[in-house]
Amino acid sequence: MPTPLIQISGLEKAFPTNESWLGQWRFQHGKLKRRKDSVHALNGVNLTINQGETLCVVGETGCGKSTLARVIMGLTQPSAGEIHYLDQRIDQLNNRQRMVFRRRMQMVFQNPYASLNPRMTVYQTLSEPISFHNPQLSTSQVDEQIDALLESVGISASSSDRYPHEFSGGQRQRISLARALSVEPDFIVADEPLSALDVSVQAQVLNLMMDKQEERNLSYLFITHDLAVVEHFATRVAVMYLGRVCELAPTRTLFSAPKHPYTKALLSAIPRLDTNTAQPIRLIGEVPTPINKPVGCVFQARCPYANQRCYEQSPAMMMQGDASSVACHAIEEGRL
Amino acid sequence: MNLLSVSNLHVNFHMKERELAALIDVSFTLNRGERIAIVGESGAGKSVLGFSIVNLIGKPGYIHSGSIKLEDKELTSMNARQLQAIRGKRIAMIFQDPMMTLNPVLTIGDQLVEAIRNHTKISYKDARSIAIEKLHHVQIASPEKRFDQYPHELSGGMRQRVIIASVLLLNPDIIIADEPTTALDVTIQAEILQLLLAICRDNGVALVLISHDLGVVSKVAERTLVMYAGQIVEEGPTLEIINDPQHPYTQGLLNALPQMTLPGQRLNQIQGSMPSLAERPSGCAFHPRCPYATQKCKQQQPDFIYSGVSSVACFLVEDMLNEFADHDQEAQ
Ligand SMILES: Nc1ncnc2c1ncn2[C@@H]1O[C@H](COP(=O)(O)OP(=O)(O)OP(=O)(O)O)[C@@H](O)[C@H]1O
Ligand SMILES: Nc1ncnc2c1ncn2[C@@H]1O[C@H](COP(=O)(O)OP(=O)(O)OP(=O)(O)O)[C@@H](O)[C@H]1O
Ligand code: SF4
Ligand code: SF4
Ligand SMILES: [Mg+2]
Ligand SMILES: [Mg+2]
Repeated sequence: MPTPLIQISGLEKAFPTNESWLGQWRFQHGKLKRRKDSVHALNGVNLTINQGETLCVVGETGCGKSTLARVIMGLTQPSAGEIHYLDQRIDQLNNRQRMVFRRRMQMVFQNPYASLNPRMTVYQTLSEPISFHNPQLSTSQVDEQIDALLESVGISASSSDRYPHEFSGGQRQRISLARALSVEPDFIVADEPLSALDVSVQAQVLNLMMDKQEERNLSYLFITHDLAVVEHFATRVAVMYLGRVCELAPTRTLFSAPKHPYTKALLSAIPRLDTNTAQPIRLIGEVPTPINKPVGCVFQARCPYANQRCYEQSPAMMMQGDASSVACHAIEEGRL
Repeated sequence: MNLLSVSNLHVNFHMKERELAALIDVSFTLNRGERIAIVGESGAGKSVLGFSIVNLIGKPGYIHSGSIKLEDKELTSMNARQLQAIRGKRIAMIFQDPMMTLNPVLTIGDQLVEAIRNHTKISYKDARSIAIEKLHHVQIASPEKRFDQYPHELSGGMRQRVIIASVLLLNPDIIIADEPTTALDVTIQAEILQLLLAICRDNGVALVLISHDLGVVSKVAERTLVMYAGQIVEEGPTLEIINDPQHPYTQGLLNALPQMTLPGQRLNQIQGSMPSLAERPSGCAFHPRCPYATQKCKQQQPDFIYSGVSSVACFLVEDMLNEFADHDQEAQ
């Protein structure tokens, strides 16, 4: 039985839109009404991340993946819902209480250039978190740790006095990872860590992440739009659409038997290597912006199977026989 | 006659301390309506090549020698005004970031109208209806409404469509697209690629697609050039390159893809990394990373040889081909 590390329930996050004061007025029922719109980036997300697993999150741009990552990390306050780390609630901690979790949970970002301080050498970048979280260590012990850490991510310890711009993209991303690993976390959130890198460098970083997971029973929440990476690396996959999880399944199951109409469209759109795959299922319409809470299913506007119920009632996640869960009326009604 | 022929192109960067070679002896041709791809790791010189074709390579870079011919016109010896007429009108460029091309303070409509009126003398009203027709052509919903919006009001995918519309306005012969979909998410990526592909097909436009995504390349390009450290190392029909990569570097790129190993297994990474221009290795530039490198590879540059329909610059391939040829002769 997998042990849950992080449990998320009913998570919501709304951002106010930056509409002008004038733009906030609506004419309704014969009078002017002021209405402030908001963007519902997360709309009731329930997820569990187990110890030692990689949960990949996929979905179109703007569906709330980064917001989910930031809320879990405590970088953004949720509007509603709860996040538990083992049995402790962590979504309402103050800065001091959060300190313990800062160490256990780390984040790696898409752009390794923006996330490393350009004016700090690699040594400085790594020594700061190590000595902060381990004040008992002597300078030489910190140095030893840094050398070992750099070696473990495949960067020679002798280059620790160099600055980020002196490294290649892949090396920089491995340094970001070294920094995340420097405090020996249990859990790493990685938001598109590979998308700035080309295939050969992606392979280096993914290999490193898999090695570290094996060594330390690390858990990952891995956000990516590269489905080949998901297929290779994920234990389970969560597919998000407009702030909701619409399908959650073990990786093999998801790729061999996708169920939700959006998942099917998403999987058929990956440019695969061979040239004679089927035509992608075309999604009509642009990605909608989640202004105000949607009524009914979030996918209704682009779904070929939508019926009246889909416009009125939001589908709940339902367990399927093969350990996946899907939120779709058509599947529940046996129409799909 | 080839639509475009690049021969023995050398591009250098003129640095303070020394001269650095960014493109070395690059040659290829492009036929009318043909779609080719340029692939390779970051820093291989793909963008430098793309920019050089339209002679847009910025300081400190410059074309050192070689020839770039558009039909019978030599582009390397043209002056700025002549080149301006070629760019956009005959050769158009699309970049990864649409904001590099779009002006943030003008509505997209005004930008399109201006582009039309720069090249043809017609009224604003006529230009407007052409622009709206082109927006419609690239599948932008309610183009009349979009016409009056600013670039920041559109999504990334829609902006890239506007760029494609603006490129279409001038009926170019060649589109050079440098990572046109890298910044977009997969479902939109697929739509934009299909659009680009359809437009090139329908209008007989030739395409040079620069990408490091081999999945994308296999969907779009008929022929692929593989670049390493400023040189082309392999060239051939895309399907041949993907199914029977000859050069050890091409093999390495394909092997590194996640789908080449079983789920959960370590991926096959190419050891080492692309050298910087200043640290270019001797002989075959790939030798420090090549599992088959010999003494000869460190000292001499391999020439291009044909292996079937592909051409490859590698001593290993050359030796193997020779050996097989000897066997064949003995057998006869
Ligand atoms: N600070 C903010 N203020 C207002 N709106 C925001 C803010 N952050 C995110 N949003 C909105 O919330 C929605 C979800 O954004 P988010 O960045 O989480 O998407 P994403 O899935 O990470 O997209 P991408 O794949 O492009 O990174 C979007 O509509 C976005 O515009
Ligand atoms: N303005 C410049 N000055 C000096 N060197 C440059 C300049 N522009 C590019 N280079 C160098 O030329 C080489 C090729 O760069 P180029 O941008 O063509 O690579 P690329 O193949 O397009 O890579 P990517 O996939 O990252 O876009 C690199 O080593 C790069 O550092
Ligand atoms: S609930 Fe209805 S609209 Fe939503 S995905 Fe299922 S069929 Fe489509
Ligand atoms: S020439 Fe030698 S070093 Fe270069 S790719 Fe071929 S075998 Fe490898
Ligand atoms: Mg994001
Ligand atoms: Mg480039």
